[in-house]
Amino acid sequence: MRRELIKGNEAIVKAAILGGCRAFYGYPITPASEIAEAAALYMPQAGGVFLQAESEVAAINMIYGAASAGVRSMTASSGPGVSLMQEGFSYLAGSELPCVVADIMRGGPGLGNIAPEQGDYHQVVKCGGHGNYRTLVLAPDSVQEMCDLTLLAFDLADTYRNPVVVLADGYIGQMMEPVAFPDAAVMPSAPAWAVTGTAETRRNLVTSIYLEPDVLEAHVRKLEAKYRRAEQDAVRFESRETQDADIVLVGYGIVGRVLKEVVEAARAEGMRVGLLRPISLYPFPTEEIRRLARHAQAFAVVEMSTGQMLDDVRLALEGRRPIEFYSRVGGNVPATDAVLGFVRDALLKHVRAPEVIHA
Amino acid sequence: MPEFAVLHEKPHSFYSLYERKGELQHQTHYCPGCGHGIVHKLVARAIDELGIQNRAILVSPVGCSVFAYYYFDVGNVQVAHGRAPAVATGVKRAHPESIVISYQGDGDLAAIGSAEILHAANRGENITVFFVNNAIYGMTGGQMAPTTLVGQKSTTSPFGRNVWNEGSPIKVCELLNALDAPVYLERVALGSNKQIMAAARAVRRALEVQMRGQGFSLIEVLSPCPTIWKKDPVEAQHWVAEELVKTFPLGVVRDRTKDAPVRPASAAPPALDKIPGILGLEQDDPGPTVGGPAAREPVELAVKVAGFGGQGVLLLGEVLAEAGLASGLQVSWLPSYGPEMRSGTSNCHVRIATRPIASPLVLRPNVLLAMNEPSLRKFLPTVEPHGLVIYNGAACPADCLRPDVTLIAAPFAQLADGLGGARAANIAMLGALLEAAPVPFESQVPNVLRKLVRSPKWLEIDLAALARGRQAARQEVAS
Ligand SMILES: Cc1ncc(C[n+]2csc(CCOP(=O)(O)OP(=O)(O)O)c2C)c(N)n1
Ligand code: SF4
Repeated sequence: MRRELIKGNEAIVKAAILGGCRAFYGYPITPASEIAEAAALYMPQAGGVFLQAESEVAAINMIYGAASAGVRSMTASSGPGVSLMQEGFSYLAGSELPCVVADIMRGGPGLGNIAPEQGDYHQVVKCGGHGNYRTLVLAPDSVQEMCDLTLLAFDLADTYRNPVVVLADGYIGQMMEPVAFPDAAVMPSAPAWAVTGTAETRRNLVTSIYLEPDVLEAHVRKLEAKYRRAEQDAVRFESRETQDADIVLVGYGIVGRVLKEVVEAARAEGMRVGLLRPISLYPFPTEEIRRLARHAQAFAVVEMSTGQMLDDVRLALEGRRPIEFYSRVGGNVPATDAVLGFVRDALLKHVRAPEVIHA
Repeated sequence: MPEFAVLHEKPHSFYSLYERKGELQHQTHYCPGCGHGIVHKLVARAIDELGIQNRAILVSPVGCSVFAYYYFDVGNVQVAHGRAPAVATGVKRAHPESIVISYQGDGDLAAIGSAEILHAANRGENITVFFVNNAIYGMTGGQMAPTTLVGQKSTTSPFGRNVWNEGSPIKVCELLNALDAPVYLERVALGSNKQIMAAARAVRRALEVQMRGQGFSLIEVLSPCPTIWKKDPVEAQHWVAEELVKTFPLGVVRDRTKDAPVRPASAAPPALDKIPGILGLEQDDPGPTVGGPAAREPVELAVKVAGFGGQGVLLLGEVLAEAGLASGLQVSWLPSYGPEMRSGTSNCHVRIATRPIASPLVLRPNVLLAMNEPSLRKFLPTVEPHGLVIYNGAACPADCLRPDVTLIAAPFAQLADGLGGARAANIAMLGALLEAAPVPFESQVPNVLRKLVRSPKWLEIDLAALARGRQAARQEVAS
């Protein structure tokens, strides 16, 4: 299969169009702007809509409109813009509208900087909008996954009728790697619930209002059941050398790549180190972490945040095993050597004679 | 059209029974004498008369008219406070044949949604906006609106609206009239049956603008809110006719229905099998396969290219990565990015390997291409022992040497300048690299340059620079 050397941010757009996306509404922000630029170039040629909105607030609401109309649609931004979209995420989830959002994370809080960070985990995975909703979140660690997970995101969005976020960082967005794109484009037909301005869809209604408490509760329970179903069916992760690992590293996105190098180096030194890389951040690979906890003696979380995903690892482990944490922020990426040193220390601290601790 | 009919006959575009409403499904949720009910009826009647019920999509706002979808037997989308014009944009552009109506109150449109309405109008979106101006926030119990009159009391302007504190009422039609795109803007009122008749005509005209495909139209309706105004319906109607109109003069503010061009229809979308080609993913060139013959010798290049922004640092890295890929190797290219590249330093990390690449970051390069002295100083200490360093300078500074690496220094920029462009220094350095570290993808480099360098003039200079760089490296190594 032919492979293109391509930037992560461009791969997202090509994958989206191959996957039937025909509406892109966005607002420029570094390091996500190439997504809007590529969409501006390709979307009109593919017979779709590209529009630079007046703000991220408007952009996500244009997506709400396109999704209501039954078109596969997407937007892209970075921290400050994603903050502005939170209102829209809540309405989209409440109205059960599918869409895909790419968040190419940069340093924060506030204007922070434009270098890569993973500080949007809370606002995206835990959901910064109001109400009982979740967004499904996929975290690519390569440009190939920018393509593959974008395609998957559109399918998940339709399956669950819910926004899906592709959560990457500045490096995954900006770097180039070879990508094998699918050979053929697809175009799913508009869903039956969409409002399309035809006699057949005249009775359709898109809304998030449920005035009666019992009716709203039923709606929220329905959403909840969807999320439980996703927790069963949509968990994705990559495991490396975890079978016999004394210590399991946990990291996603660009950190996952660094940790792959760390695992190679650690194994070369004879340390039994493995990697669990969550690919879906919501639903989180909680069960897999618990399964690994039966054998691994400790976990080590590495993040480009002050410990946002760490909470989810803690919740998964519920105290079963100790956790060590290594973090870099502000645009710094954990260096392989430094993480290797941290892993050595963690092994010394936690891995003693193999006394069995029961999960 | 007899006045009696306007007020009492139920339009076809209303449901016969309001089943989406919990109780009292035969009547609306609006207060007696509320303008919303009248505007609904005018809109529904116009939809009937124009025969667009099946095409119509109503975008209902947040405000007292939040439940407009209880009544209108058309496609319905309910949206967040103020965002109706943005949502309407997304709907209309998805289905240009539909007739999209954005129905909004004054808080919704002129306060929280002021950006969305301004930009939808400025883009000339082919939608119709019905803007119900009752000078107050009805739904939330009577707070001040951007259209509240000077001196008018509300729960959040208990001493009356004060221009020094809250500014003056916003005149939406006049504001939008400053824009090029709107086709039809008119302010009407519900202060008398005569005014209501005029409003009915305006509503219809605005929808016709959209049907003709001319673009944006907005009808502002001065509308009674007896409940919050604490007036009976008749008094409230009089207040519209006597007071509101003083601040908000009635009339057509913009009418370009005669000369506004019809927006061009979008071209038919291409067939699905054309999409890969449109995206530049043609399948006619099978491209490289991983593990081809060139990949048999294990390769593990970790390259750092560094220099000033504008020296072609990123392109040099890209040529390397493309050449590696063309030889069936695994590659990655990771740039420093953002505004820092405009004037400051620039660098990129390139890996070319036989094995899958774990991390694309190159913190300990085995090849450093330093295009200026600061980059040499910064990254030389990070180079792996036995690594290769190529420096763009006549000689390495004396305090900048490492005995455990191979150092090649040459004035590549000057050499390239001699060939017609100092900017080809990056490619000259690439030539030096190919000479000093024979790599399995070197035969691909000229092809890659042909692909990436669009200008024939620069391609020629680059190919010459590649050869000149090789020669310089040969001399350096020999000396
Ligand atoms: C983001 C947000 N802020 C505030 C509100 C509360 N709210 C609901 S309706 C409304 C004002 C509506 O006034 P207007 O648009 O004039 O419509 P009317 O009720 O007078 O018809 C407000 C502030 C909300 N729903 N959402
Ligand atoms: S509060 Fe005012 S605007 Fe709202 S329904 Fe009653 S009269 Fe109409």
